[in-house]
Amino acid sequence: MGYMNKSIKEIHEDLINGKVTSDELVKEALEKSHELQEKCNAFVTILDDAEGVEVTDNLLSGIPYGVKDNYSTKGILTTGSSNTLKDYVPFFSATAIEKLDKVGAVKVNKTAMDEFGMGGTGTTAHTGIQKNPWDTTRICAGSSSGSAAAVAAGVYPYALGTDTGDSIRKPAAYCGIVGYKPTYGMISRYGVFPFASSLDHLGVLTRSVEDAAIVVDNMKGIDPKDMTSWDSKGINLYESLENNPKGKKVCYVKELCDISNYPNADEELKLHLENFHKSVDLCRSLGMEVEEVSVDRDLLNASYSVYVVIHSAEASSNMSNLTGIIFGPRGEGDNYIKMMKDHRTKGFSPLIKRRFIIGSYVLQKENKERYFNNAQRARRLLVDTWKELFKKYDAVISPVGIGPAKKIDELNKKYDTNTVALDEQLQIGNFGGFPSITIPNGFVNNLPVGINITGNCYDDINVLNIAYSLEINMNYKGQIAGGDNNG
Amino acid sequence: MDKYKALIGLEMHCEISETNTKVFSASANSYTDLANSNISPLDMAFPGTLPVVNKEAVKKSLMASMILGCGQPEYMYFERKNYYYPDLPKGFQITQETKPAPVGIYGKLEYECNGETKVALINNLHLEEDSAATTHYDNYSTINYNRSGVPLLELVTEPCFHSSDEAVSFLETMRSIYQYAGISEADSKKGQVRCDVNVSLMDVDKDDSDPNNWGTKIEIKNVNSFSAVRDAINYEINRQMEAKENGTYDEMEQQTRRWDEESGTTIYMRSKADAIDYKYFVEPNIPKFKLSSEWLEEIRASIPELAHQRKDKYMNQLGLSEFDSKILVKEKSVSDYFECILDNGIDAKTAANWVTSILLGNLNKLEKDIKDISLTPKMLSDLIHKVTKGEISIKQGKEVLLKSLEENLDPNKVIEELGIKQIGSAEEIQAIVLEVLSENPDAKEKYNSGRTNIIDFLVGQVMKKTRGKANPSITYDTLKKELEG
Repeated sequence: MGYMNKSIKEIHEDLINGKVTSDELVKEALEKSHELQEKCNAFVTILDDAEGVEVTDNLLSGIPYGVKDNYSTKGILTTGSSNTLKDYVPFFSATAIEKLDKVGAVKVNKTAMDEFGMGGTGTTAHTGIQKNPWDTTRICAGSSSGSAAAVAAGVYPYALGTDTGDSIRKPAAYCGIVGYKPTYGMISRYGVFPFASSLDHLGVLTRSVEDAAIVVDNMKGIDPKDMTSWDSKGINLYESLENNPKGKKVCYVKELCDISNYPNADEELKLHLENFHKSVDLCRSLGMEVEEVSVDRDLLNASYSVYVVIHSAEASSNMSNLTGIIFGPRGEGDNYIKMMKDHRTKGFSPLIKRRFIIGSYVLQKENKERYFNNAQRARRLLVDTWKELFKKYDAVISPVGIGPAKKIDELNKKYDTNTVALDEQLQIGNFGGFPSITIPNGFVNNLPVGINITGNCYDDINVLNIAYSLEINMNYKGQIAGGDNNG
Repeated sequence: MDKYKALIGLEMHCEISETNTKVFSASANSYTDLANSNISPLDMAFPGTLPVVNKEAVKKSLMASMILGCGQPEYMYFERKNYYYPDLPKGFQITQETKPAPVGIYGKLEYECNGETKVALINNLHLEEDSAATTHYDNYSTINYNRSGVPLLELVTEPCFHSSDEAVSFLETMRSIYQYAGISEADSKKGQVRCDVNVSLMDVDKDDSDPNNWGTKIEIKNVNSFSAVRDAINYEINRQMEAKENGTYDEMEQQTRRWDEESGTTIYMRSKADAIDYKYFVEPNIPKFKLSSEWLEEIRASIPELAHQRKDKYMNQLGLSEFDSKILVKEKSVSDYFECILDNGIDAKTAANWVTSILLGNLNKLEKDIKDISLTPKMLSDLIHKVTKGEISIKQGKEVLLKSLEENLDPNKVIEELGIKQIGSAEEIQAIVLEVLSENPDAKEKYNSGRTNIIDFLVGQVMKKTRGKANPSITYDTLKKELEG
């Protein structure tokens, strides 16, 4: 019986009481890392040299954790799971990492991801596919695939993620764990490889709402190196947690959550939505007010295109620094253009190249108004619609995805276009910078599924508390893939 | 040329040299230091780095916008201009587009050209970052990232100039403004000022309020000194005039050319059809921020005295000639030097004379810049004092000045070394005067009987005895006292 499947508070108490040492925890986490690497290919780097540290009052001190491989870690290989940076060792750390270093959190591995965070399957890392620890024939979803797999498998209580569309919150659902991205700017993005700057969020994957609150408390804060960060000194998420659901008002969107929208729904989607409505009933039984609201279907359907246009445009520009000239493997060629071309041709996966082409296309003079500017307008409409809902409701709740994790070999299967809006709707949380958390809410065909709670900017405490109350009244807190609580 | 009118527009890029740090990073804004020593991860675009706007650079650019009579935006935005080039590590430059609103829009500035006051029309002024500096050799190129991220102001005028004289006069006025406002040294020798020039020709009999009559815009890139601006404009006007004369002007496409210093010609680079699409979009890492009216007022109130204001002051309050005043304000460093001398209690006309004719004349001869000399205004003031008090002669003063400029010496040292120090103490002179009088026993009587010019002879005798070192006015006064006593 190890410790890494416990909650942060439990482990901290065991450390304080001398039941276990930080060194022993690190050893256990490293062993589990190697086991999981065999099984799921979750890591780019396992830090076998990691050592325990002195335990302090800080709940994270001495406890191992995982870092998504797009967080710069000083002196430690950081690849973004891309061949373009396959040997890149940063000489500075991301601000969030510096903060965790300071409180004595112990990095034990760098987790694999969809290349530079682009992609939602966990299949595009330069080190191969991340498999779902609940069923290794299935994906974890992405892009925080390795982090989700590792937390779900009990390698450690938490791992860091990033979320540009739903890259924390969807893998969390597919792996039966908690995934939380706080309000845009609560955590500094400095030192994290950018994907689409206006949508990029940092966050965490854990096995409980409480752990998510503890970790983000230690990552957040205004950073003079990130102009979009803001001062959250007055906010203590962990201390603000309370199980007091009575009178909270939440809503769900009919056009997304009602089965009647999906005439061709498969068994998994039906079960998933049924399960979601069970959670809705639970909310009511806990004394929350739940209402069904209607949102223009055309606007919802536009959401995914808006996401593709904006993130592709920003990504094409953000990744223009990857030329292989200052860092990354030098390309071959007798002039700089040929060298850059060679580096980028060899380095990027086809998925990224496709998005660069889309990004360039929508920014071209003749296309910009039609695609890029219209996408910005639609983004604004979607955000305004959600902000309107937040005037009346504490949060919008929704099922995550259209069922449990997909099979790796069925990824190319034709999908029902009716379900795109549902599958991709968490992106609205990125459009608005809203705090958003996914928690596990049951199983479909013995595979975990999740529910998402999204609230207004700066209202993280409210969002976490709704999740906290639901979690207490459900049976999935702290569950480990393959553990006793399996379905 | 009578048949045609040239329409000339300028894009003047000027680095803001007077901030401590770069425009979006914390590294020092001093790219002349050892190559690649003033760099931060952002300047080389390491992954995950983010821009942070330098408030001082924004302040200075807003000040320039105000001086140019431009409108200031309600919100500050920055945009990305995306293109690949080895000197641009991020693959984009953070700049400002005309829309929504750069740091300055639509202004007017009076400037003087050949004694006439003219008005330049400003289209916009925007704040951006400079690229790294590349140097190309036969088989390789070097990149110096010290320059990457240095704040750069780009000023775009309407095609409101009609001759190279006007264009260059305007650029000189701008340089003076940047210097006086403490925005930039604006030194083109240091590569701080770089220009692009647009030239077109229109038929003089057509209506110039209709842009359709303005002719084909030819843009000339990378004109990096004012004299090159003059040469490039003159060359291009002649080239276009020839095209007009031989009937090929209308076939000419809108194009970009480059100024080739060596041949003194402009060389075709690309047509407008091949213009680069920079795929602008708003920089997402810099939230738009509101410029408070209080801050704008504060900036407006802190605009320092500019050249034309100093010139007016010199003429109207100090009573200097227009000629001298102009010379004094042409370079801020000279004007500052002059004002320091005034502060040391030297009378304005004397100070102006020393600075304009003696100091600048010598500097010119020695090919030295006033900023590089060790002679401080205090030292020069002391020297002037010595001359006005008669401790040394004006001729000696000039000699001392030249030598101290040549050899970077304190004038007092020079005086000592040359042994040209005057005998200035009244006692020493008194002794010599008595000696001379005793050698000329009838002098007193002659003097008192009306032959007062004998005093000049006696002064001469004293000078002879001291080999010219006696202070002439003290000598004169002492003799007079003795003769009359």
